[in-house]
Amino acid sequence: MDLLLAISNGELAITATITGLALVFAALLIAKLIGPRSYSVKKAEPYECGIPTRGKSMIQFKVGYYLFAILFLMFDVETVFLYPWAVISRSLGVYGLLSIAVFLFILILGLAYAWRKGALQWK
Amino acid sequence: MFNFGVVTNWINELLVSVMPQWAATLIECVVIGVILLVLYALLALFYILYERKLCAWFQCRLGPMRVGPWGLLQVFADMFKILIKEIIPLKNTDKFLFALAPYMVIASSVIMFACLPWGYGLQIIDYNIGILFILAVSSCGVIGILLAGWSSNNKYTLIGAMRSGAQMVSYELSLGLAILTIIVFAGTMNINELVWAQENGWFIFKGHIPAFIAFLIYLIAATAETNRGPFDLPEAEHELTAGYHTEYSGIHYGFFYLAEYLNLFVVSGIATLMFLGGWMPLHIPGWEGFNAIMDYIPSVVWFIGKAFFISFVIIWFKWTFPRIRIDQMLAFEWKYLMPFSLFNLVLMAVFVALGWHF
Repeated sequence: MDLLLAISNGELAITATITGLALVFAALLIAKLIGPRSYSVKKAEPYECGIPTRGKSMIQFKVGYYLFAILFLMFDVETVFLYPWAVISRSLGVYGLLSIAVFLFILILGLAYAWRKGALQWK
Repeated sequence: MFNFGVVTNWINELLVSVMPQWAATLIECVVIGVILLVLYALLALFYILYERKLCAWFQCRLGPMRVGPWGLLQVFADMFKILIKEIIPLKNTDKFLFALAPYMVIASSVIMFACLPWGYGLQIIDYNIGILFILAVSSCGVIGILLAGWSSNNKYTLIGAMRSGAQMVSYELSLGLAILTIIVFAGTMNINELVWAQENGWFIFKGHIPAFIAFLIYLIAATAETNRGPFDLPEAEHELTAGYHTEYSGIHYGFFYLAEYLNLFVVSGIATLMFLGGWMPLHIPGWEGFNAIMDYIPSVVWFIGKAFFISFVIIWFKWTFPRIRIDQMLAFEWKYLMPFSLFNLVLMAVFVALGWHF
């Protein structure tokens, strides 16, 4: 709350976090107290459309997702670098624009390399 | 416009005058927490009804009509039903991570919720890097979704979580770059200052062509971020039963549902904040009488109204476009949307450096 100068942002962020956690905890508690409970072996099995699960479910997974995660890491860190520039880009003027253009060019080169190598191809 | 900060300051002074500072801070924190909780729950209930009714009208149906007038009480009935449902104990799940996942999803969505500027003087968390904070917190929600899918010990949930994770991290880049475009123009990351910078014209009007392109990019990326519309393939119901939350039951499942609806509101709120002027009323230069009338509408109504409008557009997408495949979706982001938003960012930087803006 804007003018409530007595409370710091950190305290407010903690308040919001605790609120979220308390919401989940309280609702789960209520549900546990008033909901029915029963247990059977069949019911506890994973729901895979009625077919019994074969093998383990926590398996090694398609590598395509991993490639995108690596690419994401590169570009996300780049965005974090761009934020400080964005805030003061007005006062930096044309010089700042040219320097960031070089930075962006190197990054786009990286994307072009990944593209050329087929990392963006879904096989 | 009425400054709500007067009220909150008055309450603060009243509390400080009768008790020590730490006790006042504690009470204020508790009050803020309770308000957040109530607002969160009420908005979620409203959004469920909003989407159900809109879906129905898009398909020439009436939607829920039985419980209460025009089905208005249907969501309350649904809430109590989901609360008294059994939470099925499962075997072979990773118990700790399985329980942790909804906490992460809900906590991240509540923190983002607290960052929104609700009205003049009505804002809870106001960091000087507010927008970056929102983006950082929104990434924590993805971790919750991945945990849910992984720990459920089910192949459908695993595929759903992987798709959801790949989609959300990919589109987060375009989302971040669209926001970055506006930050280049505004020169601040503080949410309050961003709203005040739009006092004499919203960024979508003031920011020339790049701001408008950024708005379109933001809308597409936000639709993908909230797993809806044509991008709802993490929970493509005829392929993956329900996606990453297949194994959750009762209220445990309800949390994911809740977070999904509230995230729709949060992304609409950020779009409102970045492009449509936050809680600032619509002003047209020269039309003094019109501007005076607009000033009489409370700032809270402006913010919530704009956010509901953006949500309407996102729900509209869902009933207009068919669902796309995972490879099409990732190719669309990495080969078109992301290079395009980078180009748009440079365009905006050129406009700002050369002074070609209003």
